[in-house]
Amino acid sequence: MTESVTSAALPDARAGKPFLEVKDLQVHFPTDDGLVKAVNGLSFTLERGKTLGIVGESGSGKSVSSLAIMGLHKGSRAQVSGEIWLDGSELVSMSVPEIRRLRGRQVAMIFQDPLSAMHPFYRVGDQLTEAYLVHNDAPKAVAKKRAVELLDRVGIPSPQKRFDDYPHQFSGGMRQRAMIAMALMCDPQLLIADEPTTALDVTVQAQILDLMMDLQKEFNSAIIMITHDLGVIAQMTQDVVVMYGGRVVETGNVRDIFYRPEMPYTWGLLGSIPRVNRSGDGRLKSIRGTPPSLINLPKGCPFQPRCDYQQYVEGHSCVDELPELLQIATGGHRVRCHIDSEKRKQLFAEQIKPKL
Amino acid sequence: MGRYVIRRLLQTVVILIVISAITFFLFWATPANPALLICGKNCNSETVAQVNATYGFDDPLIVQYGTYMQGLVSPGGRTIGSEGSERECAWPCFGESYQNGIPVWDSISDAFPATLWLAVGAAILWLFFGVLLGLIAALRKGKLVDKLSVGLALFGVSFPTLVFGYLLLFLFIVKLQWLPFPDTANAALFTVGPVKWLQFYILPWMTLALVFAALYTRLTRANMIDTMNEDYIRTARAKGLDERTVVFKHGLRSALTPIVTIFGLDLGGLLGGAVITEQIFSITGLGKFAIDSVLSNDLPAIMGVVLFAAIFIVVANIVVDVLYAIIDPRVRLS
Amino acid sequence: MTLGVSESQSPEGDLPADHLAETSEAKQIEGRSLGQIAWARLRKDKIAVISAIVILLIIAVAIFAPLIVKLNGFPPDQFNRTDANGDPLLNTRDGGIPIGGLWGSGTSSEHWLGVEPQNGRDVFSRLVYGTRVSLLVALGGTILAVVLGTVIGMVSGYFGGWVDTLLSRLMDIMLSFPTLLFIMALTPVIADRGQDLFGIPDDNRLRLGVLMFVLGFFGWAYLARIVRGQTLSLREREFVEAARSLGAGPAYVIFRQILPNLLPTLLVYTTLLIPNYITAEAALSFLGVGIKEPTSSWGRMIADASDWIESNPLYLFFPGLALFITVLAFNLLGDSVRDALDPRAGRS
Ligand SMILES: Nc1ncnc2c1ncn2[C@@H]1O[C@H](COP(=O)(O)OP(=O)(O)OP(=O)(O)O)[C@@H](O)[C@H]1O
Ligand SMILES: [Mg+2]
Repeated sequence: MTESVTSAALPDARAGKPFLEVKDLQVHFPTDDGLVKAVNGLSFTLERGKTLGIVGESGSGKSVSSLAIMGLHKGSRAQVSGEIWLDGSELVSMSVPEIRRLRGRQVAMIFQDPLSAMHPFYRVGDQLTEAYLVHNDAPKAVAKKRAVELLDRVGIPSPQKRFDDYPHQFSGGMRQRAMIAMALMCDPQLLIADEPTTALDVTVQAQILDLMMDLQKEFNSAIIMITHDLGVIAQMTQDVVVMYGGRVVETGNVRDIFYRPEMPYTWGLLGSIPRVNRSGDGRLKSIRGTPPSLINLPKGCPFQPRCDYQQYVEGHSCVDELPELLQIATGGHRVRCHIDSEKRKQLFAEQIKPKL
Repeated sequence: MGRYVIRRLLQTVVILIVISAITFFLFWATPANPALLICGKNCNSETVAQVNATYGFDDPLIVQYGTYMQGLVSPGGRTIGSEGSERECAWPCFGESYQNGIPVWDSISDAFPATLWLAVGAAILWLFFGVLLGLIAALRKGKLVDKLSVGLALFGVSFPTLVFGYLLLFLFIVKLQWLPFPDTANAALFTVGPVKWLQFYILPWMTLALVFAALYTRLTRANMIDTMNEDYIRTARAKGLDERTVVFKHGLRSALTPIVTIFGLDLGGLLGGAVITEQIFSITGLGKFAIDSVLSNDLPAIMGVVLFAAIFIVVANIVVDVLYAIIDPRVRLS
Repeated sequence: MTLGVSESQSPEGDLPADHLAETSEAKQIEGRSLGQIAWARLRKDKIAVISAIVILLIIAVAIFAPLIVKLNGFPPDQFNRTDANGDPLLNTRDGGIPIGGLWGSGTSSEHWLGVEPQNGRDVFSRLVYGTRVSLLVALGGTILAVVLGTVIGMVSGYFGGWVDTLLSRLMDIMLSFPTLLFIMALTPVIADRGQDLFGIPDDNRLRLGVLMFVLGFFGWAYLARIVRGQTLSLREREFVEAARSLGAGPAYVIFRQILPNLLPTLLVYTTLLIPNYITAEAALSFLGVGIKEPTSSWGRMIADASDWIESNPLYLFFPGLALFITVLAFNLLGDSVRDALDPRAGRS
């Protein structure tokens, strides 16, 4: 039964198509105060065995996008449009019963807040085995064995005993790891990790990231890594999407983003990484201003009110016109900015890089 | 867990002692002269003195309270009356009625079953309809069914028991004549059989249940809507569980937990709360006994029924707490 | 029946202090205070507007009862035997039921809602005067309960320690009383003692006072619990901490900083408590322990009318309807106020 979905898609049609392709994804929430446009035309692709990083400040639509991939907006008031192709099937138009068969098995998600993401009344172990038993017609004992094994692999001490604990008996970090174990119960081909290591201390964080990379090698899974932590991005990912106000403002491979960033917002993000050997005045720079209102999105560039480099654009296009996400040179590096590409390179080299 | 239960039990005992003391002093301290209440019209200084001696009204209040409590606590009960006319008052002794000399406990235990039937039947009704309606409304939030249930619930909450009871009585007994006028004899299930018994109780159940059913509809709906917005429900969906499992195993379990608490408290309070219903439908239960005692100034009877109802509430409280601890592991294990 | 606002109606669940404080912080951004937002929402809410109008009408009826009764010219406790033409109103041979009118209720152009069996008192006038009793008792009881609940709750939550322990136990005990039974038993006892205690005879003025007192006195504990909880969480918030570190005394913090944040909860609780107390007064008078003859009260009217349910159902219908409409209007308004003050309303 579980196989039918994948095999139904014609292998020929899949040939040459990326494993995951998100095309012009939009997620809007109607509310009393107006339409909240949380995601506006997000596009990216991801291959098996690769990791994509999504960065952006709080409220930029990272979680909302990943919920869309899981089909978790279905049945709510959210309006989702665009296309999401996963392994040859289109998810946005898929019915709930169909996508339910993919959830947990083909796509799994590690949720952002492990404190509230587990049911307080059920044992951790039971919540894990439940994830296995939905998709596998196996005896309970098998599921339990698998759960204990995974709890062990994510670093829960004496997992056999901890299996019977309730979530509130776990520490925050342990809950986070149990969530990861839960997501891995069915060896998903696509794993969406929404800030999986935020609650963890540095050593555990490193262990978890290693574990995820191991699993990726083992099962050739694709990972979407959502995080605020550019260190994690640098360590784990091949491609990066920088989101701002529900849009991609810059995307490219890790090297592009870290060494040749061209969008002032990305500069700001990089400027806010703490470094020991920071030159200049040595102070961390936060990006001034606040994120845009998602109800009244500015007509022009969403970053314009906070941008310090508007004077390099002639006329009022920053205010009046939404810049397109344009390809720079070769490769996948694309930037959404009105400033001339040469000028941006120059600005980065002269003003930004020395201070990083 | 065991320790928790013991601690709650001890607290309960303390609360009961305080409540009994407050009740006792309020009722015994207030009437100008209880002896006057007892001898009534043929009171003269001699009879008053005699009554005072018989009932121990001459003793300080605290002694009287002690005597009273002895009747409730000591397994042997206590003796009532002055020398020469002493009577045994078996445990639990709530004293004797001033009106007719019948031990209050006998009257209470006579009246109790009728109220219990009333309460239990009504509780089943309101729990069933309240939770069902609330659940449907929550799952169809914003749809017609939801609006209908919400409206119905608001209507029900605003329908005073008094008005609703008479409306039912008028409609089904007077106008349509589907049911006979209430006859206390029919309250006894085992002598009159189930048909008459049901005919007797159905309207009182509906009367008593209406407000609660409405409240539980709102409560279930609100809890369920909140629960279905919880992150762990999203997690359950993300596992690929079907919607029925998500709703019933993950959602309802959490949504109903607070309702257990409230249900226990409501049921405990119902013994005292059924007065109106019993009055409307002439049910000779505790409520009717209470109001009759109040209107005839029968202090021991009033005191007895109030204390009995209080004990019921306090016991319901502790049962609910223990139950809650069993349901919610966060309480049980901390 | 329940006394006091029951758990499921409680404003607590929907108005956590956190939300309120958040909203007041958001004030600068949105430029509108919670009160203004709520007011705007209320005015857009048709049900709220209609029920508010109905309530205002009812209050007007209570205030202008003597004037209104002048319209038909029958004082509420006047026994009427004959109509303007001198024809008898009541059938003395048939137990004194009214003659003629709709369903044997004696309605006519003089007696708009008919007359009382046996006494011939005008039902309309009695209904109008009954409004006074209902509202007065409910309002008095509510004010007492809300004041007691707020003060005790705030003191308990703010000072903590043994004060809190003591007051919390007191709340537990108050909540363990079989309230209705207790009030029922206590009202006549207190009224009985009015003469000795206050030098007032047991008349209905004393009874009004006693009813307000017992309702308020047995109704504060639940609110106190809610207030205590919110005070506890408000006390930990930055603005309170800041004021305290600047040397503000407890009175200042309690009344100037905590109380304003409790207002939405209190407002919702008050609007929901009033209809409960209206019902309670009717119930007590119905049982014969509340307002006594000759003053009219809806509960008494229902009790009297219940004897005539077969021959004159309209007599029962009018006070029942008055009670229902009043309670419904207050409940609807209370619900709307709660929704309007709920910052989460309409989201998700
Ligand atoms: N159900 C909803 N209804 C209305 N607005 C919503 C809803 N869910 C999310 N939003 C809004 O969508 C925007 C994007 O939210 P999202 O959770 O994706 O942010 P994020 O990028 O994950 O932020 P963070 O880093 O803090 O997790 C936010 O402004 C949020 O308020
Ligand atoms: Mg997020």
